[in-house]
Amino acid sequence: MGSKLLKYILKRFILMIVTIWLIITITFFVMQATPGGPFNSEKAISEEQMAAMEAKFGLDKPLMQQYGIYLLNVVQLEFGSSIKMRGRTVIEIIGDGFKTSGKIGLIAAVLAIVSGVFFGALAAVNRGRWGDKIIQVLSTAFVATPSFIISTILLLIFCVQWQVFPANGQTAAGLILPIFTLSLYPMAYITRLERSSLLDVLGQDYIRTARAKGVSKKKVLFKHALKNALIPVITYAGPMVAYIVTGSLVVEKIFGVAGLGDKLINGITARDYPVIMGLTIFLAVLIVVATFICDMLYKVVDPRIEFK
Amino acid sequence: MSILEVRDLHTSFFTKAGEVKAVNGVSFDVDRGKVLGIVGESGSGKSVTAYSILQILTYPGKIVSGSVKLHGEELVGCSEDTIRKVRGNRISIIFQDPMTSLNPVYTVGNQLMEAIMLHTDRDKDEAFDRAVEMLDLVGINEPHKRVKQYPYELSGGMRQRVMIAMALACEPDILIADEPTTALDVTIQAQILELMQKLQRELGMAIIMITHDLGVIASMCDDVIVMYAGKVCEKGTADDIFYSPKHEYTKGLIKSIPYGSKKKGKLIPIAGSPVDVLNLPSGCAFSPRCNCAMKVCLDTPPIRNNFSPTHYASCWQSTYEAIKKGDVTLEQVQEELNSEECRQADSPFEGGEADE
Amino acid sequence: MEKKFDVNVNPRKRPFSMQLDLSKFEPASDAEKAQQDRMKPSTTFFKDGIKRLSSNVIAMICFAVIVVIALMAIIIPEVWPYHYEEQLGLGDKWGSVDATYKNLKPFQYGQTELDKIAAGEEVFPHVFGTDSLGRDYFARVIFGARVSLAIGLFASLIVLVIGMIYGSISGYAGGKVDLVMMRIVDIIYSLPDMLMIILLATVLNASGLKDAIMGTVLADIGINMLSIFIVFGLLYWVGMARLIRGQVLSIKQQEYVLAAQSVGASTGRIIKKHLLPNCMSVIIISTALQIPSAIFTESFLSFLGLGVEAPMPSLGSLASEALGGINSFAYLLWFPALTIFLIVLSFNLFGNGLRDAFDPKLRN
Repeated sequence: MGSKLLKYILKRFILMIVTIWLIITITFFVMQATPGGPFNSEKAISEEQMAAMEAKFGLDKPLMQQYGIYLLNVVQLEFGSSIKMRGRTVIEIIGDGFKTSGKIGLIAAVLAIVSGVFFGALAAVNRGRWGDKIIQVLSTAFVATPSFIISTILLLIFCVQWQVFPANGQTAAGLILPIFTLSLYPMAYITRLERSSLLDVLGQDYIRTARAKGVSKKKVLFKHALKNALIPVITYAGPMVAYIVTGSLVVEKIFGVAGLGDKLINGITARDYPVIMGLTIFLAVLIVVATFICDMLYKVVDPRIEFK
Repeated sequence: MSILEVRDLHTSFFTKAGEVKAVNGVSFDVDRGKVLGIVGESGSGKSVTAYSILQILTYPGKIVSGSVKLHGEELVGCSEDTIRKVRGNRISIIFQDPMTSLNPVYTVGNQLMEAIMLHTDRDKDEAFDRAVEMLDLVGINEPHKRVKQYPYELSGGMRQRVMIAMALACEPDILIADEPTTALDVTIQAQILELMQKLQRELGMAIIMITHDLGVIASMCDDVIVMYAGKVCEKGTADDIFYSPKHEYTKGLIKSIPYGSKKKGKLIPIAGSPVDVLNLPSGCAFSPRCNCAMKVCLDTPPIRNNFSPTHYASCWQSTYEAIKKGDVTLEQVQEELNSEECRQADSPFEGGEADE
Repeated sequence: MEKKFDVNVNPRKRPFSMQLDLSKFEPASDAEKAQQDRMKPSTTFFKDGIKRLSSNVIAMICFAVIVVIALMAIIIPEVWPYHYEEQLGLGDKWGSVDATYKNLKPFQYGQTELDKIAAGEEVFPHVFGTDSLGRDYFARVIFGARVSLAIGLFASLIVLVIGMIYGSISGYAGGKVDLVMMRIVDIIYSLPDMLMIILLATVLNASGLKDAIMGTVLADIGINMLSIFIVFGLLYWVGMARLIRGQVLSIKQQEYVLAAQSVGASTGRIIKKHLLPNCMSVIIISTALQIPSAIFTESFLSFLGLGVEAPMPSLGSLASEALGGINSFAYLLWFPALTIFLIVLSFNLFGNGLRDAFDPKLRN
């Protein structure tokens, strides 16, 4: 079993590395394909800057050599400097934004999982009753609404109409709404996932065994069912990280949070290619690594899993 | 004397497609230290009867009416606490598929100890010792090692032994075995049955053996109930059932047993397939498949014919023979039929059914 | 049925009750037995599925909503008196600019129209009001729905075609070909799709593609919409490919296919009779569920300014345009937002209904 597990981890690890390499490569060639290249923006850059960039990225060298230099730079986390925000390197911008975005994302993820599992379990044990129906309707509705619309509606209600929270995400109180908004979609998704998974588990033979032993309803639910029903939720953790990363683009923009998503959007609107490249690679790698970790976690939690 | 009395038990599943009467008026007694066999094909309501006794029916199943008395104490409609103290303690059950009956995310020991600690005062260490002892009792080698393993690390036969250990850990009065050998290899089947017989002799509990395998019934049971479409169609001692079966369905079952080298001749299968439980015939449920079906069988439910204090069958053939012999008159039969009909009409849950 | 009866009365005289006589004990004929045999009527898989689907109220309501919205999106822009691009009050027959057309609330009229009404003319109302450029908002929302639905449909078709070809080749070929093809799928699958879409859309927007397609039919579609299709074609097919491959593989090993082979059925017959019908339900279900996800993606890209090109509206771009004036003109958000919500919800629930009705794996 041990060697099988190791082999599996190794295989997944190699897949992860290949994916990351592919992301970096795609980013490079895609940027090369843009008219004038990423570093020849029509917006004026000073001569010295241009020269410095050329030296760093070897822009005068042949394409493949440039690619090599680029790879080397990326591995050393050298993404160059922003064209629009003078004097700031991309890595500084990432570090800056990640402080906020990481915090928001992490809290949103925890909130989504905890309340998603709670509501899902609540719906499952009350199957067919009103509570179940309300939870189902709400979770289905939230899954069917684009995040920027939910964000705007919440902004409209809480910040403009009632003025409960500041509309500006710079302060701690201003972060409450963005976190909540960000967690809504994964929360609704996990609720649905947990509900169906728990219903499935509750119909399993081993639950009947537990009941036949005389275990109380509560303990059947908490000890025997919930642990098994959580396994599918773990498989969603990877996609959830991906959602929170992309969702933060929208949410940060709307609530004015100075995080990574906000910076990426500004980069896109301003065609600030080094920022786009750096942030895309950073966020993509984040997602890929998170997915890898979730996959590993999944294998650890479920002792039945076979390693193919 | 009987320790468990089941009287006129009705259990239904309320599905979207309609009410499925899985158990439709079943009565029987279980005597101390005896083995009661329940035979019938898939969907005849054997397992649901067992689950109804322990009230472990799954959604949307519900006991509609009837009575289940353990040592004279009524279980139907009792509190959750009462029935919990019965489950796994005074009545235990083992299931058909050992592969899925154990929780995959807990160790064997954990699940065994849970049952022990629920119903006894033993603390964790004592429960652990008892778990090991039980594993040893059911013939699992290296119980100290096995107790720490997860179910997926054990074979099917081994898991069924664990299930038996778990069921017997609190020394129940009655063990319900719901097709305990169906999912196992033939060689393992024999081992498990042997183990159950041995344990029954040693511990002196009663067993309700649910199976569709008449071989199992013949080798183990004292009394036998034959079920079809949620009803008891014949009840008797093992000798009654095997040597003088009365109901056409029972006869069919016995004709379809392969006798190995003892007897030559053809196996005779019962034609057709089990009834659609959502849409039961108005007469005898077996009549569409019965070779000797009479006109009366098709539209009128059969009445009970007693052959001896232990043996009865609900079959029109037997009634007809009795009439021909002059044991009963047509009027008496009619009388009984009417009182039956009246009882059915008065009971709330059978209300609309008689219109058919 | 009688509830009460008198025991003393001769039972024979009671009406409605079963009357026994010896003729009842004659053997029943097979025909009589067959009448009593209440087996489940056997139906075909397809009929059974349709029956399940039509008994699913929610799915049928959603289907009706989809049909109604689709019909509206097809018909209304052709017959509506206002064009989605038309800036009312600009260059009308008076030749003067009427600024009062901007940001009209639902069922309000511009000054020129008010004059007309005063003069006794009939004026078609602005059901959803107008936007900041004085364009009839109902025309825009309906046309936006048409664009969004079209994007969803075509994107799903692209995904379907690529995924089906790739998946069936991989599944049918098996062995090393399958292994290599599936590794490629694995890698593309683990790419973060949204980020890649943003990257590709950004670049395709800025690239020379725009000049390349100038003057062709593609120019009408617009560069942004085209890049959405390209992105879907590049990234989103992998899920479908995996699904089809799995389906083909499992069906290949099914006993009934072996049985068909063993009695000498030709490959063509096996594909026609066994592979296709069994893949069909999975294909239809996942395509139905792909459409809302494509509409979602488009609205997300619109929010980032990478969606369809102005002045063409999509529901996503309408909603994101409305964000600017959200404080004063909230209705500009509500209409497209509700339409997206309705479409996505209906497709999701209808897709689920389809899955429940047709997915053989879910049947018991």
